[in-house]
Amino acid sequence: MNERLWGILVDSFPKLLGYGIRATVPLTILSFTLALIISVIVALIQYADVKVLRQICRFYIWIVRGTPLLVQLYLVFYGLPSVGIVLEAFPTAVLVFGFNEGAYMAETVRGSMESVSRGQVEAGYCVGLNFIQIMIHVVLPQAFRTAFPALSNSLISMLKGTSMAATITVMEMFRQATVINGRVYESLGLYGEVALIYLAFCTILTALQRWGEKKLSSYGGTKA
Amino acid sequence: MMLEIKDVKKRFEDHVVLDGISLNVDKGDVVAILGPSGSGKTTFLRCLNFLERADSGEMIFDGTRYDLNAAKKAEISALRHKTAFVFQSYNLFLNKTVLENVTLGLTLGSKIKKQDAREIAIEALRKVGMEERLASYPVQLSGGQQQRVAIARGLALRPEIIFFDEPTSALDPELIGEVLSVMRQLAEEGMTMLVVTHEMEFARNVSNKVLFMENGHVVESGSSYDFFNHPANSRSREFVTSLSNFA
Repeated sequence: MNERLWGILVDSFPKLLGYGIRATVPLTILSFTLALIISVIVALIQYADVKVLRQICRFYIWIVRGTPLLVQLYLVFYGLPSVGIVLEAFPTAVLVFGFNEGAYMAETVRGSMESVSRGQVEAGYCVGLNFIQIMIHVVLPQAFRTAFPALSNSLISMLKGTSMAATITVMEMFRQATVINGRVYESLGLYGEVALIYLAFCTILTALQRWGEKKLSSYGGTKA
Repeated sequence: MMLEIKDVKKRFEDHVVLDGISLNVDKGDVVAILGPSGSGKTTFLRCLNFLERADSGEMIFDGTRYDLNAAKKAEISALRHKTAFVFQSYNLFLNKTVLENVTLGLTLGSKIKKQDAREIAIEALRKVGMEERLASYPVQLSGGQQQRVAIARGLALRPEIIFFDEPTSALDPELIGEVLSVMRQLAEEGMTMLVVTHEMEFARNVSNKVLFMENGHVVESGSSYDFFNHPANSRSREFVTSLSNFA
């Protein structure tokens, strides 16, 4: 490797990592939190079979899963201003990522809730709990354990997906790489470098997932 | 009379599961609900606690009348606060410890203070011999232990009646005894119990009344002594005889 390239990579590393930590990570955390909230609400509405709301949830999932994420980003950021809805780039990214992944996660959570035995719910009613109490104390904790690996997948996929925010001018790690590259023109080196940083982030998440699974399986030592 | 059940009917699509079941229960009665598989015993019991909606029928419990088809949420909740239900498959909350399984209904359902709930729970668990396993999770217990915790969970609610739905049917043979002996002890203390069961020894020796069902009908209903010693109906006679052949 020539000295010039090496110098560029060394120089850009702290800049890229800085944007990773200051932009990519918060973007992921905020989007994922939003997605988690949406998914639990949407899953609960479907599980409880609430009329009308249930239809709305199905419609939401249908629309979101049936259109590309990139198109959704463009639609909200470049499209909505023409009808007077103007959002900053970063909040747009959080909303779109949150609503997008939320639709997939809602199906994960709903499936896990349905895998909790009906008898758990009946027992809850018989000891005097109401529906919401049964959900909070019995069904959701058990469903969460089942859903955990799939939700971890969603988190990892979202972390990488935030690179798409570059297309709507959010200055995050990948956009920073394109900016530096515009100046020095070392595509292979710079995009390789940013890929490695994403890989490092995902490796940390994978380790966290393994730790979390171990933690969750401690309800009696076996995985249900 | 503590509990009066009148003309309970239920069908699943074309199949009539319950075709007018009636039963009277006095305080302290232990009623064994018997009958071949598919006779509707379990459905009948589940209708009484609204786990299943009957198509029609009524129940007078403790002076209050309940429409088994049209009861409102608040009525159902009031009824459930006076009853307990023990399931064939225990249905302990898998994400809760033994102690939490018993206290959950007390703190959240009956709004009892945590410390008081804990004391009530420990007392109930002592009664079924499970006070040493407070911190265990259900999967760490044998079926018999889980069912005893489930009985304690019901007892802690201080119910006026306990419904048992085949409480020993899912157990290995060597574990049935410990559950039956807890139930026998409750019967001796005067607890009112409705027990769907295949345990004939229990029906003969512990229960004082029998409701014998077949195909959604009551074949015979009355004292357990009469049922086992002079069954009035030919079908009951056949049933009792077939049992003694097995014994």
